[in-house]
Amino acid sequence: MSLRTPLRRVLGAGSAKEGVHHWLMQRLTSVALVPLAIWFVVSLLALPSLDYTTVAAWERHGPTPLLLILLLGVATWHSQLGVRVVVEDYVPAAGARTVTLTLLSFLHVLLAAAGVFAVLKVALGGPP
Amino acid sequence: MSRYTLATSIFNRLTGVGLSLGLVLLVYWLCTVAGGPLAAARAARLLGLPAMKLVYAACIVAFCYHLVAGIRHLLWDTGRLLERAQSRRSARVVVVVSVALMLLIGYCVFVLGGRSP
Repeated sequence: MSLRTPLRRVLGAGSAKEGVHHWLMQRLTSVALVPLAIWFVVSLLALPSLDYTTVAAWERHGPTPLLLILLLGVATWHSQLGVRVVVEDYVPAAGARTVTLTLLSFLHVLLAAAGVFAVLKVALGGPP
Repeated sequence: MSRYTLATSIFNRLTGVGLSLGLVLLVYWLCTVAGGPLAAARAARLLGLPAMKLVYAACIVAFCYHLVAGIRHLLWDTGRLLERAQSRRSARVVVVVSVALMLLIGYCVFVLGGRSP
């Protein structure tokens, strides 16, 4: 027996059955970010300087581009999931909420794509 | 006495949103490096402004706190430390450990480095 009223059913209101996926992804990205974020901070701190030549050489070196791309992908994903919950909690008007969530999704994809593109450009492009 | 746990939860959200903004800064920085030496040098003037030190300090605070508080959340997800007394204690542990981490990274960046990222 369903406890939902006929009106609720017609409106499609209720669980979209996607909560578990969101919850799980939030945890999986958290777990992945622990080592990735620590690697990022430690390797930035280990650089002797942050001028162009040093940073570009670092971005070309060994596993750095791969780890940077993973970090950017997982961090933007985690950010998207987290910011989404914040907007859902604090923006009560349905219209404004949908517009905000849509814009934030686009921004996060743009952020990830721009970051990955920037890393690949330095890593794969020869010396400038 | 749930204020301690309430504050740690709100601060976790706040630092999370802050780190999302930090991510924008990181991507901007990577893009300027991808733009070549001239673009990077031009951006370095902006990124090296004294006021930016505040932004980096905020990023360090947000990063350390969100990392440590996030690990606490992951422990909770395994069903551990959920009792009220335990969560009050772990809230204190999170504050102490994250502040220690902030001081360590802050020292490396602002005292040892003396440079702006």
